[in-house]
Amino acid sequence: MEIQPILASLRKHKIPAALIVLEIALACAVLCNAVFMIGQRIAELHLPNAIDEAGIVDLNVAGTDPKLAHADIPRDLAALRQIPGVVAATGIDMIPLGHSSSNSNIATSPGGIFQKDSPNVAIYMFTQGGPEALGLSLLKGRLFNDDEYADSKSGNNSYVPGGHAVILTQALAKRLWPTGEALGKQLWIGPQNTYTVIGIVANVLRPNQNGGGLSQFYWSAFFPIGPYPVVTDYVVRTAPQDRERVLHAATAKLEALSPNAVVKAKTFTDIRDAYFANVRSMVWMLVLVCVVMLAVTAFGIVGLTSFWVGQRRRQIGIRRAVGATRGHIMQYFQTENFLLSTVGIVIGMVLAFGINLYLMQHYQLTRMPWYYLPASAIALWVLGQLAVLGPALRAANVPPVVATRSV
Amino acid sequence: MFAYYLDLALRSFKRNRVLTVLMVLALGLGIGASITTLTVLKLLSGDPMPQKSARLFTPELNPFPAAVTLPAEKVWQNFGDLLSYTDAMNLLRAHRGERQAVMSLTGAKIAPKQPNAHPFFSDGVMTTADFFSMFDVPFEYGSGWSAADDDSRARVAVIAATLNDKLFGGRNSVGQTLRVNDHDYRIIGVLKPWAPQPRFYAVSLGGHSYGKGDAVFMPLDSALADKMGPQNTNCWSAEADMDHLQTAPCAFVAFWVELQHASDAAAYRTFLSNYVAQQVALGRFHHHDAAMPDLMGFLGQQQVVPNDAKLQTNLAFGFLLICIVNTVGLLLAKCLRRSREIGVRRALGATRQAVFAQFMVESGMVGVAGGVLGLVFAELGLWAIRQQPAEYAKLAHLDPSMFIATFVIALVASLIAGLLPAWRACVVAPAPQLKSV
Repeated sequence: MEIQPILASLRKHKIPAALIVLEIALACAVLCNAVFMIGQRIAELHLPNAIDEAGIVDLNVAGTDPKLAHADIPRDLAALRQIPGVVAATGIDMIPLGHSSSNSNIATSPGGIFQKDSPNVAIYMFTQGGPEALGLSLLKGRLFNDDEYADSKSGNNSYVPGGHAVILTQALAKRLWPTGEALGKQLWIGPQNTYTVIGIVANVLRPNQNGGGLSQFYWSAFFPIGPYPVVTDYVVRTAPQDRERVLHAATAKLEALSPNAVVKAKTFTDIRDAYFANVRSMVWMLVLVCVVMLAVTAFGIVGLTSFWVGQRRRQIGIRRAVGATRGHIMQYFQTENFLLSTVGIVIGMVLAFGINLYLMQHYQLTRMPWYYLPASAIALWVLGQLAVLGPALRAANVPPVVATRSV
Repeated sequence: MFAYYLDLALRSFKRNRVLTVLMVLALGLGIGASITTLTVLKLLSGDPMPQKSARLFTPELNPFPAAVTLPAEKVWQNFGDLLSYTDAMNLLRAHRGERQAVMSLTGAKIAPKQPNAHPFFSDGVMTTADFFSMFDVPFEYGSGWSAADDDSRARVAVIAATLNDKLFGGRNSVGQTLRVNDHDYRIIGVLKPWAPQPRFYAVSLGGHSYGKGDAVFMPLDSALADKMGPQNTNCWSAEADMDHLQTAPCAFVAFWVELQHASDAAAYRTFLSNYVAQQVALGRFHHHDAAMPDLMGFLGQQQVVPNDAKLQTNLAFGFLLICIVNTVGLLLAKCLRRSREIGVRRALGATRQAVFAQFMVESGMVGVAGGVLGLVFAELGLWAIRQQPAEYAKLAHLDPSMFIATFVIALVASLIAGLLPAWRACVVAPAPQLKSV
């Protein structure tokens, strides 16, 4: 295919050609960034969470008398464990992705929590049966023993857990001891409260990001606790198909036991869906914008190329009359579109990179991986070729006899 | 002449139906998307107290021990305007502003009087007497409480219209008893619907920043004495005694002050830094940091507007730009096809200005049509947003200023889109066009 005649004719139609290039460049720039954001958010939606998400029911009990907690909690747990289908139950201070959270700075030295880089972590505290009820998956070390549950007073009315043992998530252990072994090491919350790491579990999400962003979302620590008022929720584990039945039975039982309390029951699946609802709707919005934007761009190309074809009917006729096949005419318009798309895509990639830099500065976005650029380049090439197909076919159907008319 | 151009434009639209529909559709989509996101952004970044936001201030202090060397900006990013009870009360008692109040949020368990009715939780505010007058809170019945009620820990409460409707069917409930967290409070006031957006006074106190207002208001000391806990507590010592929060090294209240003039802020800042210096001398504080943003400054500092809303607005304007470029392209294609028609008109005596005007009228019409369609798309978009789970979603409605903005944006966008084609049209030389007819 000869490129020279195409370039010559484009030089004569600078403004329409420039408009197509501009449209493709803008579409490419927006598409790269939008698809990148969609990808990031989809990854967020699918963040793994090493608990039994499908089998957990959470029951939040509020408005009870804290002075009676030591008697109420064992009574409630015993009642919950009697419900048919319940595998395990525990009292806990908060639930992953439940928003309401208790967090503290922790450190690997007595005074360390006052240092700037001391990590802020989620402080999960559960009663006996906690690891089984949540479905924690132990990677190293062991779970809490009975002595450790008995040992943990609710830290003298402090938010700091009483006992002396802690289980960490893999991500948090790695953050605290990046190179060494975490098992058996000491942790501090303030100079007086020290804990031994007895186990490492697979990553469990925090109740919320607590300002730390996605990179700190797995910084969770688990502490054993007795029946103290910090326990606000019961976690009940069952088979996924029994979930709804257990949820209703457990709610009824707790309401009967504490008529003064307000009981709110949710399956963990619902908690997770509610937490990520905004992210999900943002994904849909971005997808919608991308689709409509590509459609608008395609229609723009169709419109401009159609006009182009209409204007050159006579030239096309002459070319056909002197021997050009339909294929040649098709190829001409397709090559022309390819050239324009390529220029547009090159400008668009630079623009996309610039927009990404701007977003990184203002919205804490990360750098866009390079492969988004060629991916959206291919998408726009394909889009351009599809858009030009209709007008090109119409051009190819111009009969040679047009050349002889009205000259 | 204008009527003639309108007629010409209509004829030209009829000749190229598909092209016209495409142009109007593209412009309408772009405008619809921009207006939808702009409405949401305006809603989120609005001024909740336009009549006095420049005179409302909230002090921020740095209570951390000497060992913590975080820069003050970092502290305030996390703490916002959370203060310890001691500091807030000291500022309240100093009484240096026109009005001032201390506030904190609590989950208020309300037990309805009806037998067999389940108790339920609603948003409670524990605050001091000036809260209502300082924030211009409108009353339907009764009034707020006095500073004397604060001091005597009176069990009195002000309830919101929503709660009054739910419990008392909207009747005047002043004098009735409200069972809050297992204690009896006497209702002394019922509010008219009141829900500032954003809920600026609660930004650091926990809970939502937008959405429905709070349901029950109680004197701070009365509620704390009845063991109602704050929603958000930040402590800076592992030895904090959570049973005696008022004296614990913890922050859980905010303090707002109304000054008579915005220019009094300098005097109040001096007072505040003197207070901090005094506390440092006493050994209570270890850092001299103090700030006192006004209402809008505070909302900006706390980045109340979600990043996603800003991103969506940027994206929508990018989209609008693409739609405008697209419309320019299509308008250009349309008018270049009509070179002959223009040639004839010019040869028959039409001036360049006349041809230019004709094409601007044509693109203006595309703009108006695009604006109308954009309005439809915006209503559709806002309806879709109201179905979303975000806490501000229910508040997204098109307001009159946005309605006008739609048409202005549409007209400006289409006139810009029309400029290039109109210019191209009017420079067409009549002779060569006529030759080939």
